[in-house]
Amino acid sequence: MSRRVRLALFAFAGPGLLAVLLIGLHGLPAFGHYRNVYGLLVDKVEPGLRHATDIVTALNFDIRAFDTLGEEFILFASVAGVAVLLRHLRGEEEAEQARGIEDHRFAGASPSLQLTSLILIPLLFALGAYLLLHGQLTPGGGFQAGVVLAAGPLAILLAGRYFALKRMAPESALELVESVGAGGYALIGLGGLIFATVYLKNFLPVGHQGTILSAGMMPINSIAVGLEVAGAFLVTWTEFFDQALIVER
Amino acid sequence: MSFLPYVIAAWLFVVGLWGVVSSTNLIRTVISLTVVQSSTYLVLLGVGYRTGGKAPIVADIPTSSKLVDPVVQVLVLTDIVIEATVTALLLALVVQAHKRFGSIRPSDLRALRD
Repeated sequence: MSRRVRLALFAFAGPGLLAVLLIGLHGLPAFGHYRNVYGLLVDKVEPGLRHATDIVTALNFDIRAFDTLGEEFILFASVAGVAVLLRHLRGEEEAEQARGIEDHRFAGASPSLQLTSLILIPLLFALGAYLLLHGQLTPGGGFQAGVVLAAGPLAILLAGRYFALKRMAPESALELVESVGAGGYALIGLGGLIFATVYLKNFLPVGHQGTILSAGMMPINSIAVGLEVAGAFLVTWTEFFDQALIVER
Repeated sequence: MSFLPYVIAAWLFVVGLWGVVSSTNLIRTVISLTVVQSSTYLVLLGVGYRTGGKAPIVADIPTSSKLVDPVVQVLVLTDIVIEATVTALLLALVVQAHKRFGSIRPSDLRALRD
């Protein structure tokens, strides 16, 4: 479709969409005048029920645990989709050996950028591990921690050591981490089915509020999701960087 | 200004949509789509806000405090994950389109034009 056709279509459909958008927004409660009961009920009940202090994580891994399972598999499927789309096609060769590239350096990657990246790597891992283990207590949890953990290896790339990263974390290992995380979450749910008669229902002691080993199975769910997210992001990035740095037509 | 977050959300939505429609570069199209999606975060968080409400984390405030709705916050988290995955998939498609047609102008995608 040419640009002109697109713009003409938008000029036709745009006003209608705008009208529907304004009507929809008009029906929302005024900002600050929250009217639902469900959210407030969760705020009241959940901390006492599971001894978690971060109610968002509690929702994610307890009340909405089944939705999180679906979300996890959306992530899993889309990473598989990226891997399929960016597979090495016939006629494309890997230029790594051919060119004897050892490192990749971004144009203008200065020593100060490399040094900063090296300093960042341990800090990112520490922050990621902290977020992963304290998800039920303070803001954090598997999804956020997974992204931060995946950013650690990304800093290795920024430091210009892409092929060092490939050797350290080959794609098969990343895929294994991702699968263990996704499958682990589903298996934890089976524990609920066996010991609490409901899939993904909490079956572990809820512990003492405010400690790492509290909130039942939330920390374990969080670790499983963290592994999956970190693996998924690293597989995706690796696929894209392979396209940019290795694959030659 | 009890409607300001919704005004900004509508503005982000329209601007992002205009970016998608008027784009001459597929990467710009994908980024514009993320702008459209970011308007949904504002709507969700705006709907769940109570005047004077605190973040739904009771680690250092009493459980009886006035808190905002945690459900919409979880939905935003889901939203962000989906946005990241959709963006990755679309960019992978752009990479393949560039391989196939040697261009990332939408009007150069011959399979779509024929």
